Amino acid sequence: MLQVTDLHASVVDADEEILKGLSLSIGAGEVHAIMGPNGSGKSTFANVLLGRPDYVVNSGVVTFDDEDILELFPDQRALRGMFLAFQYPAEIPGVRPWQFLKAALDARREYAGEKPLSVRDFSKLFDDKVEAVGIDPDLVKRSLNEGFSGGEKKRNEMLQLEMLEPRLAILDETDSGLDVDALRIVAEGVNSLRSPDRSFLIVTHYQRLLNYIKPDVVHILVDGRIVETGGPELAITVENSGYEQYITAAMAD
Amino acid sequence: MVTPNSISRETDLSGGEYKWGFVTEVEQDFAPKGLSEDIVRLISAKKDEPEWLLEWRLRAYHHWVKMAKEQGEPEWAKIRYPQIDYNDIYYYAAPKSSAEAPKSLADVDPEMLATFEKLGIPLQEREKLAGVAIDAVFDSVSVATTYTEQLEKLGIIFCSFSEAVKNHPDLIKKYLGSVVPYSDNFFATLNSAVFSDGSFAYIPPGVRCPIELMTYFRMNAEGTGQFERTLIVADKGAYVSYLEGCTAPFRKTSQLHAAVVELVTLDDAEIKYSTIQNWFPGSKEGEGGVYNFVTKRGICRGVNSKISWTQVETGSAITWKYPSVILQGDNSTGEFYSVALANNHQQADTGTKMIHIGKNTKSTIVAKGISAGQGQNTYRGQVKIMPSAENAVNHTQCDSLLVGDQCGAHTVPYIEVRNPTARLEHEASTSKVSDDQLFYLRSRGISEEEAHHMIITGWSREVIKELPFEFAMEAGQLLKVSLEGAVG
Repeated sequence: MLQVTDLHASVVDADEEILKGLSLSIGAGEVHAIMGPNGSGKSTFANVLLGRPDYVVNSGVVTFDDEDILELFPDQRALRGMFLAFQYPAEIPGVRPWQFLKAALDARREYAGEKPLSVRDFSKLFDDKVEAVGIDPDLVKRSLNEGFSGGEKKRNEMLQLEMLEPRLAILDETDSGLDVDALRIVAEGVNSLRSPDRSFLIVTHYQRLLNYIKPDVVHILVDGRIVETGGPELAITVENSGYEQYITAAMAD
Repeated sequence: MVTPNSISRETDLSGGEYKWGFVTEVEQDFAPKGLSEDIVRLISAKKDEPEWLLEWRLRAYHHWVKMAKEQGEPEWAKIRYPQIDYNDIYYYAAPKSSAEAPKSLADVDPEMLATFEKLGIPLQEREKLAGVAIDAVFDSVSVATTYTEQLEKLGIIFCSFSEAVKNHPDLIKKYLGSVVPYSDNFFATLNSAVFSDGSFAYIPPGVRCPIELMTYFRMNAEGTGQFERTLIVADKGAYVSYLEGCTAPFRKTSQLHAAVVELVTLDDAEIKYSTIQNWFPGSKEGEGGVYNFVTKRGICRGVNSKISWTQVETGSAITWKYPSVILQGDNSTGEFYSVALANNHQQADTGTKMIHIGKNTKSTIVAKGISAGQGQNTYRGQVKIMPSAENAVNHTQCDSLLVGDQCGAHTVPYIEVRNPTARLEHEASTSKVSDDQLFYLRSRGISEEEAHHMIITGWSREVIKELPFEFAMEAGQLLKVSLEGAVG
């Protein structure tokens, strides 16, 4: 589904590369986790996949369903089924979550050649999901993310994930700053959406979230490259022994 | 209670009952360009006005001549425009050759039609807006009179200004110039001398107007000045919501618009005045467009009365307008909610004046300015607390949003407090549509243009939500259309 080959990327107008030849491959229905120390390029990778304009891709290839997506705008990538749950979701004054999600879902349905949901059907779906994700219903009547606590923002990301049903969901440190209850909600959301044609890429610093979501594949990202790939047990190893050995090895390269 | 609904513009303009005031009468009238005492007399005579009104006009005219000679146009606003030649303007319904006008929509500028399409304006209305030559000549006035009978039963008067002069001279005599005197300022004085027509509304004591009253203005022939005059009086305990819509056909040359609006509320009365101003803003290169010099002022004459101005200003090459409230009655309230947009070469210098005279008077100002392209947007507002205004309260909020890096936003508040019990708050902010916000929306599949639109209308929501529902929808669309080309 997602194929990343020798990806090099840097911040716009900066010389130093953050991603230095990253390659990985995610098949349909798979759950992958990317773990790594601070500054390894985890968030950069997640954002580059959606085409955040702050970053520039210097070389490499990224295909989604065999289509080269690097020339596509973020919205075009989203319409093809990609989704990023943000580490720091933007606050947008005056835009209500309801209105925003209706527009997003309408765009997606239009792209898929489907009619937009009626306001009634949409509202029902929305209310159900709001309840499932455990967001205070008063909160979603306010401005998007404005005045939301860290946990509320993350739940709101999960609400969008559940509403939009992407085929590849990238979670950028969704677990950071969450208490155990919120963590469980995120995990339940992901687990309930797992299906043979939907894949996940979970970016995380800690192994904690992986107690609730069992990945098929774990990658260790250090200094802009994947330095090790393994099964779920790799996360446990890292949890116990830390990233030190990988960092030392990377420095020695 | 009757639930308020509005006279929708579509109904008004396509309905058979729609009237065009005095306009059709003047179809054959020709008056030369330029301003003189004779022209003022001619305007008054054509409208069969009483002597006292002619005298009022003439006083204004002579005052204006003096003003023009001694000081000229006011120069304190942050706007630049070429000298206006007041002798190169038609002051009386300009002759319009139907041979020059487009014969059908097929002859109309496709860009203009595309705009109408986006605004969702019905086909029949589009023809009128495009100035397609049909049997009527459209001029400055269009008062919806569809609901006149229903209103008459309640004692509500809603008619063109000319009709009001004929049928309700006492009211006109009593209130005309009582809020904006003929000598008020250069443009208001000019208007007082040559005003063409406009609207008049009177809500009798204790009556809550069950529908929203609407006047729709459009400009007509090239080189014509537009000088309409609106007067609304809410008697004791009365309420009315009044809507004003404006549009003008695309013209290569600039057109002058100098209107005057006067509002009066007596004890316990309320007037809510909403405007969507979409005069032609000029081309992308800054060619043509309407020079909008408007004086709008209300007076809360009675105790516990309220005047609320809401405006969405997307049009005009130049906007110079400061809808104000004089808070004379004790416990009276003044409000000003504004979104002003300046794109391409548009210049907007707009704001309000809140003059607190009565005790416990309260005013709220929420002014939002959007600047895009090379647009220049200035908020200019005055809050004045007179010595008599015990316990006056004002809250002012000015927000500026910048789209692109060639536009400008300016905030010029004037605060004058002459009573120590006053409480004033002033908040101001300037922001840009952030890349983070755009990326967030786009990462959900929302296009760049739609994302901009969503962020900008969201930012303006505090003001737009003050508009009646249909107007709010139109305002959102207008912001979108007006910003096209400014994003991306």
